[in-house]
Amino acid sequence: MKRLQSVNDFVIKFANVNGTGSASANNLFAKALFRMGLPVSPKNIFPSNIQGLPTWYEVRVSEKGYLGRRGGVDIILSVNPQSMPQDIREIEPGGYFIYDDTKPLDLRLVRNDINIIGLPLTRICNEVYKDPRQRQLFKNVIYVGALAALLDMDFKVLTNLVSDQFKGKEKLVLPNIKALELGHRYAKDNFECPIGIRVKSVDKVGDKILLDGNTALGLGAIYGGATVAAWYPITPSTSVVDAFEKYARRVRIDPGTGRRNYAIVQAEDELSAIGMVIGASWNGARAFTATSGPGLSLMSEFLGLAYFAEIPTVLFDVQRAGPSTGMPTRTQQSDVLAAAYASHGDTKHVLLFPSSPKECFDFGAQSFDLAERLQTPIIMLTDLDLGMNDNMSDPLVWDDSREYDRGKVLSAEDLEGMESFGRYLDSDGDAICYRTYPGSHPTKGAYFTRGSSRDEQAVYTEKGEEYERNMLRLLQKWDTIKEYVPRPEILPCGKPTDMAVLYFGTSEASALEAVDYLAEEGVALDAMRVRAFPFNREVEEFLDQHERVFVIEQNRDAQLRTLLMAEFELGPDKLKSVLCFDGTPISARNIRKQIKEHLPGNNVTPLHRKIRANKGVGERA
Amino acid sequence: MSYQIPKFRHPDLPLNELGYTRAAYEGSISTLCAGCGHDSISGAIVRACHELSLEPHKIAKLSGIGCSSKTPTYFLGKSHGFNSVHGRMPSVVTGAAMANRDLLYLGVSGDGDTASIGMGQFAHVIRRNLNMVYIVMNNGCYGLTKGQDSATADEGSASKKGDANPFSAIDLCATALQMGATFIARSFSGDKEQLVPLIKAAMSHRGFALIDVISPCVTFNNTAASTKSYEFVREHAEATGTVDFVPMRQEITTSYRPGARHEVTMHDGSVLRLYEEEGSLNPFDRRSAMMALMDHQNDGNILTGLIYMNKNSRDLHDVLQTSQRPLNQLEEGELCPGNKMLVNINASLR
Repeated sequence: MKRLQSVNDFVIKFANVNGTGSASANNLFAKALFRMGLPVSPKNIFPSNIQGLPTWYEVRVSEKGYLGRRGGVDIILSVNPQSMPQDIREIEPGGYFIYDDTKPLDLRLVRNDINIIGLPLTRICNEVYKDPRQRQLFKNVIYVGALAALLDMDFKVLTNLVSDQFKGKEKLVLPNIKALELGHRYAKDNFECPIGIRVKSVDKVGDKILLDGNTALGLGAIYGGATVAAWYPITPSTSVVDAFEKYARRVRIDPGTGRRNYAIVQAEDELSAIGMVIGASWNGARAFTATSGPGLSLMSEFLGLAYFAEIPTVLFDVQRAGPSTGMPTRTQQSDVLAAAYASHGDTKHVLLFPSSPKECFDFGAQSFDLAERLQTPIIMLTDLDLGMNDNMSDPLVWDDSREYDRGKVLSAEDLEGMESFGRYLDSDGDAICYRTYPGSHPTKGAYFTRGSSRDEQAVYTEKGEEYERNMLRLLQKWDTIKEYVPRPEILPCGKPTDMAVLYFGTSEASALEAVDYLAEEGVALDAMRVRAFPFNREVEEFLDQHERVFVIEQNRDAQLRTLLMAEFELGPDKLKSVLCFDGTPISARNIRKQIKEHLPGNNVTPLHRKIRANKGVGERA
Repeated sequence: MSYQIPKFRHPDLPLNELGYTRAAYEGSISTLCAGCGHDSISGAIVRACHELSLEPHKIAKLSGIGCSSKTPTYFLGKSHGFNSVHGRMPSVVTGAAMANRDLLYLGVSGDGDTASIGMGQFAHVIRRNLNMVYIVMNNGCYGLTKGQDSATADEGSASKKGDANPFSAIDLCATALQMGATFIARSFSGDKEQLVPLIKAAMSHRGFALIDVISPCVTFNNTAASTKSYEFVREHAEATGTVDFVPMRQEITTSYRPGARHEVTMHDGSVLRLYEEEGSLNPFDRRSAMMALMDHQNDGNILTGLIYMNKNSRDLHDVLQTSQRPLNQLEEGELCPGNKMLVNINASLR
């Protein structure tokens, strides 16, 4: 029988039951590989549930540094009988199925084209541990020990990691190491180690870190000077505020008084959360909220107010699969249009698309500068994949010489010398006006903020020409904004080509890998990662330079493509969609397949036409 | 109705301690209907702020949407104002108050804005005991959309349209009692002698202070069959007693009536004197207040005056232990931990 052979290049998936403590053991496995110098990208695939349902943890190991989902699974580590049938089916031919054989495998599930390895995990635990909770927890650690033998991992790295993780709780170190050894010894004694797939230490991670995007974002808010956070709990954004609070408790307690230099308010709903952010920002504090799709929908009305009344507003949207409740614990990039044009009337909002924890941190901090400079909502669209999974990332860096850009705010001294103040008067010609904080000056600078039409002095008006002038100024401001938002990242392939890929956020890693695959097959593609909306000039130029652009995104309706077509008035033939919306991160193989379908000379019906014709989704990678 | 506020002021108008006449607290000319109760409330706010010698720019006035929410334009012209979205003023005030604890927050809302679309935010801003004054200009109807019944309209009450309201009314004071409000009063736009001291007391209270002011809508809900008409309220209002409010700095010079049953020293040092009737209610006891509200409701009367007050109120800043210095005044150096900490964080993530 074929046995998959590879060194430092495979996909392993752990099939667990949620609520059994598997997450920390699986983490231990991934982190150990990372410490062996191997690029890893672990991804949690978990249910919207606290205990008892299937949960998976997929780890891609790639010495070449490919961090996206590859597609396919080489090894399954199965301790959940519930999901065993589908888990076994998923394995690549020649792959490995490692399972708890305390209970014999159902013969109907056996596949002859894969390698089956049984570990008596439950039996070992029952023999060694008395306490039922320990039996459950250590079962996970034991399989990590066994994998260390089967894959030839550096055992010392594992034991050091355990010591680091339980720093301060030393009495937990030895029992965990013992459990690792139990598994390690059993595998060594009973199987030929390593199996065909193995690892060896290299140095391919440099100074990189392993961090989830939400923690990076919470830290970004700390560094960006946020003092007010208002939020309503919603998966997958909750850990943003958790991280903000964790670090705020560390660095924002006044040493003299013990009082807090921050306020976190858990609101009654998302409407209230964004209202609080707007109130705090209006009053001169840096404030933010974090939410996900349903919350974004609820915040729409207030976003229109912040746009129209020009109040800095920072919103972090950690996207999940919609519509409605959708799949709350699965990933998607499907809030693009809802965010870009949130609220009734003519509105447009600034969007930021981070693709790594470092960018979550950087954009997180930068959001506050942008919001205050541009006096408008800044919506960062990250997603569950980036937010809740440990992602390999460049280290976080803060330039200590950098200063916050607090935007155009008039102080009491500024006001003192002024004849008159007009809140919505464009005195600099960039369509951004000066504002004042309440309480600044006894007699000057007070104005009325409102969502209704007003003139340049902020006085209510229903005059059509005043209204129109203001709306046109807001449109002019939109042009100013293009100069401030992050520029795209462009990667020319180095060969003459009129084709390109365009992507944003977490599609990056898989997109770049697919571009490599296609290059090997002789298809040359330039690449551009869009990092913000409004699209800057560079985005337009890139589109002009290419005949055909594949727009890769993780939603059904090609939302970014729609935005590009609307903003640049492009016809439908230039931009071809590459989509994935099943709730898992898009994979490199899937992208390659879809691009090949679109290549000139390949007479394949585009996906959306196929759906219409068949009234169902066609076969997909 | 006039369309311009006359600039002329009588030279002998009294000055307050800051040297301001009442004009310093006025706003633009009202565009509400002539005789609207809301304009009287605006006048009471102007008078209370003037008499308390508040600095106008240290007050922030915020509102939602509706006739009532338009009024902040008509008072305190030197204060920042914020006319937010319908029913959401409480959240905007909450954020604003978190950013700067040193301003006085005056929220103005209506019965539609508070008891219907804004009921959720109203309930929760009370629970948090945000340090603010929340005035409801309560006329039992939607004025701007031409007179539909609101959620505070009494069952059986009929507005200009003539149909009796079939639904039970939300009593905002009883709701606030339930939600844990720490200062609750009810008044009538036509009774400035009662309303002005209540506004002053509310402004000195630390925590959430609700004043539910019955404010008749002359255009749509001032009919003979309405329980929110001028006539009905005048006939059925029963005061808990009378209230004197003595700002700290004026105590020595202000003459006051003897015989107060309670004297409450507010957290800013001013004194509230209550002259309530024997046996009417104990305004420091939540149950007594609830009983009094229900008794009056049973009798078809409207209980006005100070209904409840918690003398030991802890506001949201106390609970969250926020810095005494307003958060919006903290500097970058105090907020940003610098690269050194990141170096350590990075090291822990490898």
